[in-house]
Amino acid sequence: MTTQYLVLSGLLFAIGAIGVLVRRNAIVVFMCVELMLNACNLAFVTFSRQVGNLEGQIIAFFVMVVAAAEVVVGLAIIVTIFRTRRSASVDDANLLKY
Amino acid sequence: MGETITFWVLAVVSVGAALGMVFSRKAVYSALMLGTVMLCLAVLYAVQDAPFLAAVQIIVYTGAIMMLFLFVLMLVGVDSSDSFVETLKGQRFWAIIAGLGFLALIVLAIGNVIFAPETGLAAATQGGGYIRSIALLLFTKYVFAFEITSALLITAALAAMVLAHREQLTEKKTQKDLSRARFLGDRPSPLPGPGTYARNNAIDMPALLPDGSVAESSVNRYIARYDVEHDHLPEDPKLAEAIKHTAEDDKAPTEAERDAESNEVTK
Repeated sequence: MTTQYLVLSGLLFAIGAIGVLVRRNAIVVFMCVELMLNACNLAFVTFSRQVGNLEGQIIAFFVMVVAAAEVVVGLAIIVTIFRTRRSASVDDANLLKY
Repeated sequence: MGETITFWVLAVVSVGAALGMVFSRKAVYSALMLGTVMLCLAVLYAVQDAPFLAAVQIIVYTGAIMMLFLFVLMLVGVDSSDSFVETLKGQRFWAIIAGLGFLALIVLAIGNVIFAPETGLAAATQGGGYIRSIALLLFTKYVFAFEITSALLITAALAAMVLAHREQLTEKKTQKDLSRARFLGDRPSPLPGPGTYARNNAIDMPALLPDGSVAESSVNRYIARYDVEHDHLPEDPKLAEAIKHTAEDDKAPTEAERDAESNEVTK
């Protein structure tokens, strides 16, 4: 089953990567990043069982914590950009200042 | 056998939901699809002898992170759908090509590996069971990383407060100021309610004044705009005219209104 799990993980990761490249709405881009992180976690858990070592699950746990922190900061940035630009599109955020 | 069935059902559902997330035009649908993917992955973790991670996945991802996404979606505006203007020519096409190429690379790489039979976690969790083994690892070998995580979380909470904070530029209006502005303005009384009791039992119907004329200010302008856009206008031409008029007024909000709205958004 390991191969199937890893292929599923790769498939989800690729879909997330396509979404990051294709979508313009900053929030949806962010969701795609979350999907990629989830796909990585699936690979970690699969390998953890494959090699019989719990450390993979520990790493997946840390990935989840970091993702939570990342989402908080990222969404705050999106709200700030929306406040100044009145738009959540990544194309509109083309200046570093003002 | 049970695991195989679970895997194939959840794999199909999660890949379908992931595709739906990327290609649905409405951001709320994307959020719900992402929630579906996360729930599927939680079940897959549970199947793969990781019940702790399955619980964390449901609590942290679907419980906290997805709710945060939905909150921000509601703040930023649900109708902020994607534009289809391409800033870079052919970017979409090449992005999909790159994604598929990447997928082919991963699948080929994995397909070439022949895995030994799964070791399973029986040996790793010998010393006192699954939860105990996880805790042992987390609080001995990875205790430093665990402590660093707390610093990360505090920093993130602080950063969110700093980023979302809005400096008050004008003095805050007291109740006295508001009341004075109201009585100096055009209308000291509240706006009339919609015609819920006049002829229809719906809040998008304008109220009728005692002389039979239509009270335009009785319909919320957002509801009026929705009615015009979705062609829900009433049959009575007089009422329809009033709703259209209210909706048109909404099209060009004044600078002051826009500022007030942005203040509301950030509250």
